[in-house]
Amino acid sequence: MEKTALVVGAGIAGIQAALDLAEMKIQTYLVESGPSIGGRMAQLDKTFPTNDCAMCILSPKLVEAASHPYITIITDAEIQGISGEAPDFHVKVLRRPRFVDAEKCTGCGVCMTKCPVRIPDPYNKGLTKTKCIHIPFPQAVPAIPIIDKETCIYLNRGKCRVCEKFCELKAIDFNQKEEVLDLEAGAIVLAAGSAEFDATLKDEYGYKTFPNVMTSIEYERILSASGPTAGHVQRPSDGKEPKKIAFLQCVGSRDMQVGNRYCSAICCMQAAKDAIITKEHSPDVDIAIFNMDIRAYGKHFDKFIDRARDEHGTRFIRGRISSVEVDPKTENLIIRHNMDSGRLVEESFDLVVLSVGLVSSSEQRDLARKFGIKLNGDGFIASDIFAPVNTGIPGIFVCGSLAGPKDIPESVMQASAAASAAAGVVSGYETRLIKREFPPERDIRGEPVRIGVFICHCGINIASTVDVEAATEYARTLPHVAYADHLLFACSQDSQKVIGEAIKEHGLNRVVVCACTPRTHEPLFQSTLREYGLNPYLFEFGNIREQCSWVHQKEPEKATEKAKELLRMAAAKVARLEPLYKMSLPVTKSALVIGGGLAGMTAALDLANQGYPVTLVEKEGVLGGNLTKVHYTLDGAETAPFLETLIEKVKSNDRITVYAGARVKEISGYVGNFKTTLEGVLQPIEHGVVIVATGAQPYEPSEYLYGEDSRVLTQEELEDMLKENEGKEKSPFSGMKSVVMIQCVGSRDEEHPYCSRICCTTAVKNALKLKESNPDLSVYVLYRDMRTYGLKENYYQEARNKGIIFIRYEEDEKPVVAMNAQRPEVKVRDRVLNGILAIHPDLLVLSAGVVANPDNPWLSQLLKVPLDADRFFLEAHVKLRPVDFATDGVFVCGMAHYPKDISETISQARAAAGRAATVLAKTEIEAEGKVSRVRAERCSGCGACVDVCAYKAIELDPVKGIAVVNEALCKGCGACAASCRMNAIDLKGFADEQILAALAEL
Amino acid sequence: MKTENPKSEIRNPQSEIPEQWQPKILAFLCNWCSYAGADLAGVSRIQYPTNVRVIRVPCSGRINPLFIFSALRQGIDGVLVSGCHPGDCHYISGNLVARRKFALLKNWLEYVGIEPERVQFSWVSAAEGGRFAEILQKVVDGVKQVGPIQKLTKDI
Repeated sequence: MEKTALVVGAGIAGIQAALDLAEMKIQTYLVESGPSIGGRMAQLDKTFPTNDCAMCILSPKLVEAASHPYITIITDAEIQGISGEAPDFHVKVLRRPRFVDAEKCTGCGVCMTKCPVRIPDPYNKGLTKTKCIHIPFPQAVPAIPIIDKETCIYLNRGKCRVCEKFCELKAIDFNQKEEVLDLEAGAIVLAAGSAEFDATLKDEYGYKTFPNVMTSIEYERILSASGPTAGHVQRPSDGKEPKKIAFLQCVGSRDMQVGNRYCSAICCMQAAKDAIITKEHSPDVDIAIFNMDIRAYGKHFDKFIDRARDEHGTRFIRGRISSVEVDPKTENLIIRHNMDSGRLVEESFDLVVLSVGLVSSSEQRDLARKFGIKLNGDGFIASDIFAPVNTGIPGIFVCGSLAGPKDIPESVMQASAAASAAAGVVSGYETRLIKREFPPERDIRGEPVRIGVFICHCGINIASTVDVEAATEYARTLPHVAYADHLLFACSQDSQKVIGEAIKEHGLNRVVVCACTPRTHEPLFQSTLREYGLNPYLFEFGNIREQCSWVHQKEPEKATEKAKELLRMAAAKVARLEPLYKMSLPVTKSALVIGGGLAGMTAALDLANQGYPVTLVEKEGVLGGNLTKVHYTLDGAETAPFLETLIEKVKSNDRITVYAGARVKEISGYVGNFKTTLEGVLQPIEHGVVIVATGAQPYEPSEYLYGEDSRVLTQEELEDMLKENEGKEKSPFSGMKSVVMIQCVGSRDEEHPYCSRICCTTAVKNALKLKESNPDLSVYVLYRDMRTYGLKENYYQEARNKGIIFIRYEEDEKPVVAMNAQRPEVKVRDRVLNGILAIHPDLLVLSAGVVANPDNPWLSQLLKVPLDADRFFLEAHVKLRPVDFATDGVFVCGMAHYPKDISETISQARAAAGRAATVLAKTEIEAEGKVSRVRAERCSGCGACVDVCAYKAIELDPVKGIAVVNEALCKGCGACAASCRMNAIDLKGFADEQILAALAEL
Repeated sequence: MKTENPKSEIRNPQSEIPEQWQPKILAFLCNWCSYAGADLAGVSRIQYPTNVRVIRVPCSGRINPLFIFSALRQGIDGVLVSGCHPGDCHYISGNLVARRKFALLKNWLEYVGIEPERVQFSWVSAAEGGRFAEILQKVVDGVKQVGPIQKLTKDI
């Protein structure tokens, strides 16, 4: 049997899972219900907390998934049923007709311009119109149109067929029928996502009644440069730029009126992001975000909120708004709120954005039902705290918001984790080797340059503006051009043959194609070159569609001139191109995991389950890390049995070698080929990847009388006490009257300006335990924002229902603790009573934050990977590469990355294992072809290139004193080439000479 | 780095700008953001002036100041350099390397008497097709104001 997997849902989670599986050489079906992959992320404008453009970072993933030889994308599909069990599932998939033949269609889009039917564009949430036959969005994959069955005139009334008439490739096929595919899969990953809450259910907010009330996702489209207003913020009623905007948080979240008790986990940050982007567009706009708590619990989130508030003047106002009213004259919206002061004020806004939560739709629940998977009370796939990506059915895993609301990095982490888990299921099976066989490459050394030029009509897309025949004639007059031709569709299959035959017949050794954009089509032509015996790098593209015919539609003559000039530039460059080869390096198929806590052990086990030997190094004498100090989970389960089993599994696994009480001394090498020495161990360890799982440690409080009075303790110490007295009839708690907990001790302050993420949940957990042991005990939790994000909110609500008292304090008015009559006295302002409350608790419990491991700076030096300002490890990309480092082959997980809970740690650890396995699954790592090259005779060894290289791919040779490029690590950005003072380093394929030659043609 | 047209203080008093004159503009665009933005302008059928030629580079960090001098020397009237927004670089920090280089280059160009309109830097993301077209229009308008390049070039 061969390694196969099936991923359901192609949002960012599904795509990531499929890419990881494919990189592990597992044949993967990516099944998507919509017409394109990409999911909700494709609709977002930017992403918090870096304000990266969502499409910029997503679209390379879409293209990668589309072109990956191990991925088969099936869109417009629906799961019908499943049979069998792991590792031999049979999945029936119903594919709906698209009415466009994907084999023939080149995505030229003529049909879209001719179709007479306009429909609301789902991509823009109906804010604009598209055609009945349409490509879902410009970067869609597959980039071919779909006919909307409901609105097509021909399909409903039997007349029209305009699209068919104008399609020169005969790609429209009204005879397409539904078909049922029977797919085999060894493991299944469910990533079907979530839906947005239907805001019309909260009719008090006037959505769909008042024109200027919109949802947050609609607002994302408004902000997007590719959206309905091209990124100009305009309100729907009159197209005016709003001067005052209100964001209402928790619409459909934390709201039992609509049956959703949980928190949607993303909306606070999304609103802050939208506020910042809006302010960047128009600095004078006033923005108010009405919220119950600001849940900025993630990495660098609090700083982002501070930016929104302090730099951009966003007003964060506490409270849930009960209703929105409209001023019929102006269409402005009126909101009453009490501005924190208790005084009710009425404020008018030009635009109201409803921060709609995430819900599981009937589609998602239906999917779970078909797979026989249990749902939790909130309608999401139920997962165990200790097995967050498992579904309860062996071989079927879950990731992303299908298992509860989460943001993009959490979804991506879970996706890689699910991929790792799925890979473990099929690890014993054969890998199908997909390698295209090519004829031997022709040696072109000594040949005179003979260029072939092919100019594409793209139907009428290019030819209606650019005179393609004239350009072809012109090409024939250029130096070195041995052959020129024009093609109706250069990308079609028969055109590849035409190009290939011309290469043979005319002895061409360089090819220029003038057509659309190299970003989508370069690989196709490169593979044609290779197929006909030419090195694929002897190719150059002239972009005469996106950057010529389409943008100069009214100036055909000038466009033709421009096309000729682009052609001339391409020919000048291609003449100077040389064959390039990808270097490949062997991979040592084993891993080093640093840190033997929950994260390290989980990662080690996952890799071992996939068949890779692992060395696990722990500096303490015993395994277990921080988890040894956590006794209970949020749902009250004990952690000890789980931890004991985990340690036992690690110790008894033949593939895992544990070094406890050991420290790393030295690490050298690079991806695939690391060598590590441990202190006191002579024999160095060879390994292909490194996983950093060194954890973090608790903050030791110096405030609130900690260490001065025995009644003041930390949550960790309270948990020890709870554990010791568990089940005892006479516990110290039974005699107590009150306990006070203070949140954010050592978090969100000047010294530690970040949220420690886990303390609110820990407080809720321990408060519930206290109530359990003594129901009459008064428990007060003094907090700044309760950050029980996602489904954890349910426990916060439970705590409130059980009478635990939550009192909010402001950063500038922290609780004051002093000894009064030999007892600690806590004074805090109660905002409801508007007075100072004095409590004399029997215990004062401090929710001490999490601080970075003091070893981090040392380890970061050793591995040449960065730390952030708070000294946690800094991943390659906070959104889409949450466990990778920029340095290939090194990964991070657990609290070394940022504070996180048990489930999140397990997810991230499995994700790190999955990402590491994408390296280890390969026998060789293939480097880029277009990499840097050093001309040794010119290099002065100044090291400027070493400094600018973000990938640590350049080193100075200690003996010769010159720069040496490690081609395995070079990504071909060319920063070194542009920075070299001696002109000694150049970038192959974008060499100085080649660029200057193109430029000289102008 | 601002994208608005900087006001030129350097004027060549002899130069008379011919009525119908169209400047030649060269744009260096990074593959991952700005080139994609230019493609999106095409997909969205946003029309912009025809006098711009694009050279695709992997990253704005690849752009050697030498390319810009060479362009100006051979009589190209204006150069636009555009990369990913700071923080968005596909190659982590290439655009920051570029930003440092261009900050120095700007001073140098001013020192040798090149009007600031001629060489402009911007950040354009893959989603900013409209913005790309706007920036090009601004560059063209700016260069039109200062006329054909005369510094650095020599008629032989």
